[in-house]
Amino acid sequence: MTALLEVRGVTKHFGGLLAVADVSFTLNEGEILGLIGPNGAGKTTLFNLVNGVYKSDTGTITFAGKDITGRSPDQVVHLGLARTHQIVRPLNNMSLLENVTVGACFGRDYQSIRPARVTALDVLKRVGLADRANSPASSLTLAGKKRLEVARALAAKPKLLLLDEVLAGLNPTEIALMISLVRSIRDSGVSVFMIEHVMQAIMNLSDRIVVLNLGRKIAEAPPAEVVKNSDVVEAYLGFPDIVDKLRGAQPQ
Amino acid sequence: MSGILASMIDGLLIGSVYGLAAMGLSLIWGVMDVINLTHGSMIALGMFGMYMLFHALAVNAYILLVPAIIGGLILGTIVYWLSVNWVIDRPILMSLLSTFAVNMMVIGIGTAIWSTSPYNVNFSLPGITVGAYTFTGNHMAAAVSAFVIALLLQFFLYRTRAGKAIRAVADNRDAAELMGISSTRVLMVAFAIGIALAVASGALVSTLFPFTILSGSTYQLKSFVVTVLAGLGKPFGALLAGVLLGLLEGAVSPFIAVSWIPLIEFGLFVVVLIVFPRGIFGRATA
Amino acid sequence: MILRRPLFWLILVLAALFVWLPLRSNNVALREDLILVAVAIILTSNLNLMIGYTGYVNFGHIVFYGLGGYVGVYLMTVRSWHLIPAALTSGVVVSLLALLFGLGILRLRGAYFALATIGVLVAVQAFVSNFESWGRSTGMYVSFESYAPLGGPKHALWTTYYLIIAIMALSLLLSLGIKLSKFGLGLFAIREDEDAAIVLGVNATVFKAIIYSVSAFLPAVAGSLMFFKNGMIDPSIAFEYMLSLEGIVMLMLGGQGTVAGAALGAGLYERLRSYLLTSPRLSEFHLVIAGALLLLVVRFAPGGVIGWLYRLLPRSHEVIE
Repeated sequence: MTALLEVRGVTKHFGGLLAVADVSFTLNEGEILGLIGPNGAGKTTLFNLVNGVYKSDTGTITFAGKDITGRSPDQVVHLGLARTHQIVRPLNNMSLLENVTVGACFGRDYQSIRPARVTALDVLKRVGLADRANSPASSLTLAGKKRLEVARALAAKPKLLLLDEVLAGLNPTEIALMISLVRSIRDSGVSVFMIEHVMQAIMNLSDRIVVLNLGRKIAEAPPAEVVKNSDVVEAYLGFPDIVDKLRGAQPQ
Repeated sequence: MSGILASMIDGLLIGSVYGLAAMGLSLIWGVMDVINLTHGSMIALGMFGMYMLFHALAVNAYILLVPAIIGGLILGTIVYWLSVNWVIDRPILMSLLSTFAVNMMVIGIGTAIWSTSPYNVNFSLPGITVGAYTFTGNHMAAAVSAFVIALLLQFFLYRTRAGKAIRAVADNRDAAELMGISSTRVLMVAFAIGIALAVASGALVSTLFPFTILSGSTYQLKSFVVTVLAGLGKPFGALLAGVLLGLLEGAVSPFIAVSWIPLIEFGLFVVVLIVFPRGIFGRATA
Repeated sequence: MILRRPLFWLILVLAALFVWLPLRSNNVALREDLILVAVAIILTSNLNLMIGYTGYVNFGHIVFYGLGGYVGVYLMTVRSWHLIPAALTSGVVVSLLALLFGLGILRLRGAYFALATIGVLVAVQAFVSNFESWGRSTGMYVSFESYAPLGGPKHALWTTYYLIIAIMALSLLLSLGIKLSKFGLGLFAIREDEDAAIVLGVNATVFKAIIYSVSAFLPAVAGSLMFFKNGMIDPSIAFEYMLSLEGIVMLMLGGQGTVAGAALGAGLYERLRSYLLTSPRLSEFHLVIAGALLLLVVRFAPGGVIGWLYRLLPRSHEVIE
C-alpha cells in the first residue's frame, strides 16, 4: 500500500472561524477514500486545501512524494491531481468537446490541441456523452453536467481524482450510473477521494472513510468500523447497524 | 504651514461632497451588485440641473437641492428601467456595457444641449474668515448639506420600513423575497436613491466650481476611489472616506499640479483594491 | 491547420482588395477612407482578444495606439529613425509597458479591471501631457524632412497605407490563429469561468498578462504609422477616450469573440460614423447614437451581427470564426 496523498496537521482559519483543525490522513494508491461529515464540517474546505484553492495556515500536503503545500491549483493539476466541484461549473458557452479538451490540454500531459481533442472524445465516450460532443455545455441536464465535470477532470489524466458530491441532485438511476463510473475510474488505475452525503453509495464504494466534524477528523477507517464508531454515530449517522441496513438496500 | 492646514480644511469640506457622490455609487453597488457607469453623467446632470433651477427660480441654491433630489429620483427610475433592471444577475460585461451605453447617450445629449463650454452657478454665501484665511460660505454650506443628506439617508435606511427592506435585499435577496419583499421594487427604489445622491452631489459641486458636461467623469473616478476605500455596507463609511480623500487632496494640492491628481487617485484605487479588498469600514466590494 | 480555414484566405482577399481598390485608379480619397476602416479593424480585432476571448473589458484600449504613436513619432523625428524600425520598436516598447501595467491591474477581476483600464488611460495621458521630451500638451510635429527617406510625403502616404493594410491582415490572422490554438482555448476557458479554468490547469495569471501585452503590440505599431502619416501628435488626439468607446461599440456590434465580427463591426460602424459626422443635423448626436446602438445591441443582440448570422445559418460557423 503506497501512500499517494498525505495530509499532515492541516489547519485553516477564515477570520475567526476555524474551518479545518489539525487534520491528518493518508490516501493510498488505488483506493477509494470517502469523506463524510455533517454540513459545515469542513469537507469542501479540505478539498480546496488539497488542490490549492486555499492555502493552509499550518501543516503539509504531500502528493506522489512531492510537497504540494501552497501550490496553486493549476500547478497541482499538472502533477496529476484533478477535481470536480460540488456546484458544477461547466464552461457554458463552449461545447462538451471543448470543455473536455481544456482538461486534456492543461492536465498532466499538457497535450497540444489536436491530440487533446482525441483524448477528449475518448473520455466523452467513456462517460456516455460522446453523442452530444458539439452541443454547448449549457444544454445539458444536471446529471449530464456532473458527468461532464468528471470527464473534464479525467481528461487531465490524473493519478488522483477529487469528487465533491458528485451524486447530489441525481435520481436513483443516475446515481447507479455514476457509481459504476466511479468504480470503473478506480479500476482503470485512478485513485479517488470523494465527498458524499448519499450514505448508501459511499458506504459501498469506499475502501476507507475519513469522517470530519466541526473541522476535526473524528475517524479514519473502513466503512464497517466507521459506522460502529460512537463519535461518528453521535455526530452523523444515528443507528449502529445502518451499514447492514444500507448494504441490504443497494441498487443492482 | 497654516496654508496647508487651510487647504486641508477646505479639502475636508469638499470631501464631504465626494462622500455624498460615493454614497450613491456604493448604495447601488452594495444592494444590487451593479457597477453603475452612468454615475458620472448623473453627477453632471445634477450640476446642470442646479444651474437651470437657479436660473429659473433665483432662490438660495441650497434650497434648490430639494427639487434637484426629486428630479434625481425620477431620473434614477427611468435609467433603472432603461438599462439596469435587465442586467441584474447577468454577466458583468452586460451590466458594464449597458450602464455605459446610457452614460454615452446622456453625455451626448448633454453636449448637444449645453456644448462643452464651462458653466457656473453664481450663488455665494458669505464666508468665515479666520486669520489670513477665508473659508468660503459655499464650501461650508455644501459640507453641511452633504452631511444632512447623509443623515437623512441613514435615518431612512435604519428607521423606515422601506429602508429596512433595502438593507434586507442587500444582505440576501432570496431570503428577503421569501419574507415577502418585492425585490424588483426595492431594487428600483435603491437605484433611484443612488442616482438622486449622485445628482445631489453634482448640484452641490456646481455651487463650488465651474463645470462642463464632461466634469462628471472626474467625480466618478473620485467616487470609485472612495467606494473601494470605504468598502461596501455602511453609507456613512463612504461619507467619511470621501472626507478623507478630500483631506488628502488638500494636503497634496499646494505642492503638485492639478493634472497629477487623477493619476494619484487612480494609483490609490488600484492599490486599495489589491491590498485592502475590504476597504476601511465595510465588506469587500468583490 | 490554419491554411485550411476559409477565413484565412478571406482575410488575404480582403487585404488584397484594400490594396488594389484605391491603387488601380490612384484614388487618394478612397485610400483615406479605407485607411480609417483599416485602423478601426486593427483596434477592434485586438480589443477582441481581451473582451471577446478572455472576457476582460478594456475601456482604455486606445492607450496602446496613442502611446505607440508617441514612441514612433519621437523615434522618427527626434531620433531620425527609419519608419519600419521605429514602428516595430514602438510596438515592442508599448507591449512591454502593457506587460508591466498588466501584472498590476490583471489581479483585478471583472468590473474593477475595467475601471482600472480607464485609470491607465488617464494616467498615461497625464504623464504624457507633462513629459518634456514629448512636447507636453503641445505634442510633436513631423517635419517635412522626415518623409524624405520614404521618397517624399506623397510616396510616404502610400507606403504607410500598405503597411497599415498589412497590419490589418496581421491583426485578423492573429485573432484567427489564437482562436484555433491551445492558448486561445485557455483564454476562452478563463472567459467562461476563471476559477474553474485555474482548477483545470490554466495558468490564468500568465495567460492574461500575455494576451494583454499581445493586444497592445499591433495597435501600437499602427499608432506610430498613423501619427507619422498625419504629421502630428498631442495628448488630446492620441488618447481620445471616444475612440476607445467606439472600439467597444464596434466589437459588440459585429460580434465579440468572433474574428469576422471585429472586422464587420468596425467596417459597419466606420460607415455610420462618417455619415453622422458629415451630416449637418446629426453630427452633434454622434455620441448619443453610438450609445443607443450599444444599448440596443447589448440588450437585444449580444452576439452582434455575427451572432445573429450564426442563428440564422448555423453552418456559417464553420466558415466565419
